[in-house]
Amino acid sequence: MPAPIRLRELIRTIRTARTQAEEREMIQKECAAIRSSFREEDNTYRCRNVAKLLYMHMLGYPAHFGQLECLKLIASQKFTDKRIGYLGAMLLLDERQDVHLLMTNCIKNDLNHSTQYVQGLALCTLGCMGSSEMCRDLAGEVEKLLKTSNSYLRKKAALCAVHVIRKVPELMEMFLPATKNLLSEKNHGVLHTSVVLLTEMCERSPDMLSHFRKLVPQLVRILKNLIMSGYSPEHDVSGISDPFLQVRILRLLRILGRSDDDSSEAMNDILAQVATNTETSKNVGNAILYETVLTIMDIKSESGLRVLAINILGRFLLNNDKNIRYVALTSLLKTVQTDHNAVQRHRSTIVDCLKDLDVSIKRRAMELSFALVNGNNIRGMMKELLYFLDSCDPEFKADCASGVFLAAEKYAPSKRWHIDTIMRVLTTAGSYVRDDSVPNLIQLITNSVEMHAYTVQRLYKALLDDISQQPLVQVASWCIGEYGDLLVSGQCEEEEPIQVTEDEVLDVLEGLLVSNLSTPVTRGYSLTAIMKLSTRFSSVNRIKKVVSIYGSSIDVELQQRAVEYNALFKKYDHMRPALLERMPIMEKTASNGPTEIVQTNGETEPSMGESKHPPPIGQPANQANDLLDLLGGNDVPVIQTTMPTKTASSGGELLDLLGDLSLSGGPAPAPAPSVPTSQPTFLLDGISSQPLFNDIAAAGIPPMTAYNKNGLKIDFTFERANPNPNIAVITIHASNSTEADMTDFVFQAAVPKTFQLQLLSPSSNVVPALNQGTVTQVIRVLNPQKQQLRMRVKLTYTHKGSAFQDLSEVNNFPPQSWQ
Amino acid sequence: MISGKSNNVSISSQLLMSLGPHSDCGCVRSQRTMIHFILLFSRQGKLRLQKWYTTIADREKKKVIRDMLMLVLARPPRSSNFIQWRDLKIVYKRYASLYFCAGLENQDNELLALEVLHRYVELLDKYFGNVCELDIIFNFEKAYFILDEFLMGGEVLETSKVAVGGCLEDADTLQETMDEYMNKPAY
Repeated sequence: MPAPIRLRELIRTIRTARTQAEEREMIQKECAAIRSSFREEDNTYRCRNVAKLLYMHMLGYPAHFGQLECLKLIASQKFTDKRIGYLGAMLLLDERQDVHLLMTNCIKNDLNHSTQYVQGLALCTLGCMGSSEMCRDLAGEVEKLLKTSNSYLRKKAALCAVHVIRKVPELMEMFLPATKNLLSEKNHGVLHTSVVLLTEMCERSPDMLSHFRKLVPQLVRILKNLIMSGYSPEHDVSGISDPFLQVRILRLLRILGRSDDDSSEAMNDILAQVATNTETSKNVGNAILYETVLTIMDIKSESGLRVLAINILGRFLLNNDKNIRYVALTSLLKTVQTDHNAVQRHRSTIVDCLKDLDVSIKRRAMELSFALVNGNNIRGMMKELLYFLDSCDPEFKADCASGVFLAAEKYAPSKRWHIDTIMRVLTTAGSYVRDDSVPNLIQLITNSVEMHAYTVQRLYKALLDDISQQPLVQVASWCIGEYGDLLVSGQCEEEEPIQVTEDEVLDVLEGLLVSNLSTPVTRGYSLTAIMKLSTRFSSVNRIKKVVSIYGSSIDVELQQRAVEYNALFKKYDHMRPALLERMPIMEKTASNGPTEIVQTNGETEPSMGESKHPPPIGQPANQANDLLDLLGGNDVPVIQTTMPTKTASSGGELLDLLGDLSLSGGPAPAPAPSVPTSQPTFLLDGISSQPLFNDIAAAGIPPMTAYNKNGLKIDFTFERANPNPNIAVITIHASNSTEADMTDFVFQAAVPKTFQLQLLSPSSNVVPALNQGTVTQVIRVLNPQKQQLRMRVKLTYTHKGSAFQDLSEVNNFPPQSWQ
Repeated sequence: MISGKSNNVSISSQLLMSLGPHSDCGCVRSQRTMIHFILLFSRQGKLRLQKWYTTIADREKKKVIRDMLMLVLARPPRSSNFIQWRDLKIVYKRYASLYFCAGLENQDNELLALEVLHRYVELLDKYFGNVCELDIIFNFEKAYFILDEFLMGGEVLETSKVAVGGCLEDADTLQETMDEYMNKPAY
């Protein structure tokens, strides 16, 4: 049997292979030879064969059949065998294979070997891939070696102990005694690994942490020696003595000083010293400075030191070395929350980094820039960020656009600026904007009441230029549908008004419908917009034609819309103006997202049959006054009107909460017909009045008297609407103890901003005299934040020929009604 | 300020799981620092050395290697040496025709990691005398021995070049002595 070929020979041969197939063939041949050699239990060449196997394994070929052979090598007495055997074990075995446990005994023996290099091999293998079982079995041996005076073994035992602790944290205690004088060592290897071990223990256990706090002076001394001592050739790296050890000590100091004033104070001086004296021309010095900065920021350092640290980071930002700049941006991002002002000072440098060529740096700079935006610098920062948005890679655009929207929303100095910024983003990065931005933007636009004409004009012009960016197109169509009348009116305060005819507008919208660039969602938007214009434009016939065409569209969504709109033209034409009226100002309950009331769809068109009739936008000023009047000062209430009732006769029984205001374009509101019974006659689908409420739920909440004056008494009774425990349903009972009827009785209510209110139709607007009957009305209050319920009520009625009006506050709600 | 556990999508999750139950100590666990792996590969994507300091499956190892090759080899010439990948920091440096690549925990000091890689190259250079890729190809086991005298369990073991060099010399002598007895070449 010829001797197996030598390792280097094999490597040379394999490298001559010209194709993958050739290589595979050679490997297979050699594997076969190796396998038969293993079968023959050849001790002499086992080492050579396993070495070859390891080489083939590195090339990517399977080598598991050599696992047991590695174990045999480990068990051999020859150092060469052990060396290759342990290497093989580390490469081929891990705790997933049961076979690895067979190593335990060998390792145990070798940990007690007479030759330190054999002991070293065992420690190394255990410390790199020892499983929890092995660690448990051998921890004692490791602990023994941790106490030896042999520094070669001691340092390896220390890192092995770290591994044991990581695998089996419960064993940490047993290493505590051995750590007693680890730091008195002179040998840097032992010092370094000891610091690593101490760090590991302190991180895992607060008890250990407090125990080791007493080491701070010693650590400070060691660090000081490293800095102050002269040139030491053995540990020198570009003029700095043992940077690895310095960094590890700094990290341990960080952990020890973190929440402890005394320790932090004890290390203040040395940190300042390192920060000011370390040579910054090479990477190694900057590595130490970096660690120092991290430590300063994390412990309870005095403010002067913190400013020093931030300034170091600021200097890093100006460094030519990309790595340093990257690291500075990362660190600043971490500290921007806690030391905001200090970081602000470096804002211009950070913004310059947006123009860096390196992708990682650009991303960090972008994140940091957004974190630095505030009310003072918004204009300047936004200019830079928008410029960045224009020119950055596509991978950044979505995040940048979202960031711009968020920042603009928080800090916009004026509505016009806000709208302009939104326009800029939509036109430059329109296709990267996130889908959920569209409803947010629409909501923002509706709320900027005085900017509607300007906004719709700009959006229209943008559409003329480019219809490929869907978010832009969707927002634009919605706005044109909503404010098309402003567009053709030729009036615009903010800029030169454009002259555009109704036909031109309809051309654009129809163009969207047919364009290949439009997504189905966009088509839906534009069809709805066209429909809305039927109440704003005069060319209704054209709109009718368009809508009827799409009644047979292949797209189900479009078809459904068109069919419904058709019906709106034919059968429900009387409802059309009311339904397609201006949108109300949409409130958000939370600052982050649209409310459930606002919409889940992008277009917020009320569906037929159930609509909340909004007060006309034409009189926003009056409304605002009324709203403020009712609750005064800061609490702008959300007032909901009653639901229209389904009657065949009139176009919706509307009882506007603000009563007297006439609705432009809507049918004259008829007050609910006077029905002198206490039972409400008009029931809406899904919304039931009081008899249907679950009385069991009501059991716990006592009724209360909300108002009692001049003979008019109003009681509140409570129910809880079962499906949603946040909704409290209150029924008012108004009774009149005077001798004359109270006619034209109107009850209005307003609640603080965190609530939402809905008032259903009253049973009647005549409160009969002498308590002969009561007028009832249902109020639904949504209270998602479970805050204390308060309400202001306004009552108007005619009594004995004169009009009465009263405002009152209701504060005595029982706790159960809002908890 | 530095907070956040690693999200459970990567090697680190397996590392955390293999660490055994978290002793409920309420201290900051996020300061974990260690090197997860070291890879050496050529410009053509040939692996020359792989050292893993965590327990992961073979399939996962292959995937990591593929990802590293893709990420590092695609980097434009004058970029920074750091890449964020999953929840690890990747530090890489090119020496002649070989890329040295290390995967670090998120809290690790990446500037120091560059020094670690550099130190390893210096050790190789001292041992082989003007080391080149061929040395590492033909003596890969020696490259591992050298690495194992410098790093252990993902941490720096010895900070003195002289000490590491000395150990290696001694151990090599040990090897030859034993084999002289056998009167056969090493392998």
